[in-house]
Amino acid sequence: MSERLIEVKGLKVQFATEDGIVKAVDGVDFELQRGQVLGIVGESGSGKSVTAMTLLGLTRDKNTRFEGEVLYKGRDVLQMNEGELQDVRGNEMSMIFQDPMTSLNPVYTIGAQICEAIQIHERADKNAAKRRAVELLKQVGIPNAESRVDNYPHEFSGGMRQRAMIAMALACNPDVLIADEPTTALDVTIQAQIIELIDRLKDDFNSAVILITHDLGVVADVADEIVVMYAGRVVERANTRQLFYDPQHPYTWGLLGSIPRLDRPKQERLHSIKGTPPSLINAPRGCKFRPRCLRQVHRGASAREPGGGAGPSRPLLVVGGRETPPA
Amino acid sequence: MSERGNGDGPLLEVDHVKKYFPIRKGLLQREVGAVHAVDDVTFAVREGETLGLVGESGCGKSTLGRTIVRLLEPTEGSVIFEGRDISKLRTRSLRPLRRDMQMIFQDPYASLNPRKRVGSIIGTPLKIHGYDKSKRRQRVQELLETVGLSPEHYNRFPHEFSGGQRQRIGVARALALNPKLVVADEPVSALDVSIQSQMLNLLDDLQKELSLTYIFIAHDLGVVRHVSDRIAVMYLGKLVELSPAEDLYQRPIMPYTEALLSAVPIPDPDLAHQRERIVLQGDVPSPINPPSGCRFHPRCRYMTDICKEVEPPLVDYGRGHLAACHHPLNVDRETLEQVRVLKAHTPGSADEAAKPQVPGKQGVGPIPRSG
Repeated sequence: MSERLIEVKGLKVQFATEDGIVKAVDGVDFELQRGQVLGIVGESGSGKSVTAMTLLGLTRDKNTRFEGEVLYKGRDVLQMNEGELQDVRGNEMSMIFQDPMTSLNPVYTIGAQICEAIQIHERADKNAAKRRAVELLKQVGIPNAESRVDNYPHEFSGGMRQRAMIAMALACNPDVLIADEPTTALDVTIQAQIIELIDRLKDDFNSAVILITHDLGVVADVADEIVVMYAGRVVERANTRQLFYDPQHPYTWGLLGSIPRLDRPKQERLHSIKGTPPSLINAPRGCKFRPRCLRQVHRGASAREPGGGAGPSRPLLVVGGRETPPA
Repeated sequence: MSERGNGDGPLLEVDHVKKYFPIRKGLLQREVGAVHAVDDVTFAVREGETLGLVGESGCGKSTLGRTIVRLLEPTEGSVIFEGRDISKLRTRSLRPLRRDMQMIFQDPYASLNPRKRVGSIIGTPLKIHGYDKSKRRQRVQELLETVGLSPEHYNRFPHEFSGGQRQRIGVARALALNPKLVVADEPVSALDVSIQSQMLNLLDDLQKELSLTYIFIAHDLGVVRHVSDRIAVMYLGKLVELSPAEDLYQRPIMPYTEALLSAVPIPDPDLAHQRERIVLQGDVPSPINPPSGCRFHPRCRYMTDICKEVEPPLVDYGRGHLAACHHPLNVDRETLEQVRVLKAHTPGSADEAAKPQVPGKQGVGPIPRSG
């Protein structure tokens, strides 16, 4: 039985804005075990990035309200002070962001940015840190690491910048690596390289990975368990094979159906989910997917809030406002 | 359906088009090099078809798209639309042509003027081409409906719409003057998966309704397969493979195509584990100093000496499937004996004499068929 590294319980994150309160995350539960790759899948506005950033305390602001718990090895991240958070970031949990060009500091060398993390957390001296940085760049597959460590981000290509970010994230041997859309900004052949790299490194570093993406193809390959988010909530949670071969939630069906497949005969018409994602401000009560759902079986004006997360890994199916456990 | 046509010729011909962007340095801004964005590309597009144009960053597909609609002027070569060479036309002569060739852009957030209302954005092309106010309004309402928006959207600003809706506005604008050719530059890349499929279905419907010809530029091979009749694969400014759509997926000939197909994630865990994933080493080289010979050779796992020295010519492997490779995949010895080099298509720097003699790997199928 693996160690449970992260436990998110009833997480809600709300941003107060001029237009109203944005309920970016509206009741999310999941867990992460050591050595596991958890995929969080969702489209724009699903709340997946806000969830990821909240794990590292990056969404804190005077206009943000939190509810629920985010437990890292038993300690609640939401309750930590800035000093405790700094100890956790980089050292225990680190993050790879979506667009490496905007996430790397353009005025510092790659080496300097990697060393910064090492020097802060491991109190190493400059030379030792630099040797380690070169080692890391080699591990992530950057050729000529000894000279490239002194390059600036703009001298690296997109794929190489992403590798450099991965090196930075792994510098202090964190137990959890959070990758927020690590491949979206990259070409498809480079994407394949990066996914393969993350897969290999998690074993080398014995880390667990949270892989956030809107691309179901990416998680099919590397994830052990997948959480599907929609409008700030978890709508389905299952292990990878179950999700792809026996999806339960209509949104998941819709997502899987919308992807043009290379491995099947060409379809005449792509399945699509009608409508658009809902506003997160003043959202209607009840199931958020209702307006777009093909299983329109509703009694009365408002359907009940669907229950979720009960039981090991299967969601409850909402039918006509009643909860029905799957057969 | 309306009758269109200029006889039997293709609607569009791209003839040995090159587009180089000079790199200038120093006080005197002397040209020290050039970005070979598009480097001698030839193909034709028939009326009513959809040509998919795929490739990765730096391959030149967007530049080629813009050169075709004359947002850019080709450095060399010609663009021939309905039998007429439009490569060097001046603005005034181009203007009437703009009715016939339109573009849909990639970024729905950057391609709409945020200070104009939707009615004005879609109506401007009509205004430029002399429609009076009432006709414009009527036409814009029609267009809004055609793309699945509603008449009340007429007075709204772009920021009031989602990405998918903005893209629809872009489509409406492109269709305003009833064009014959639409170059869609990555029209769905910025959209969420479930909205992508709506947009692809819409583009498909519009093509049938309005007899459109599309050049569909994309980096996603899954998306392109769905919409295309034929697909052109570009790498570092060169056309490396051109094929009827299904044939490309069943029988990729050029190793880059094989690698590209293999890199596409498949949303099926068992298949994803089973299949042979070809992960290319290294990055896409820069178009400023492209590799010698076959430009793909530094990353190609079948590379031999000839690949470093000689640029392969475009060869016709039958049924309209062209490819440029010294070690073509999925081609047997008998076929090799019958093939011919396509002199007309082959880039100037390729060696027409370098017809491949030895077949490459057989039975390559990076995409296993599911049951």
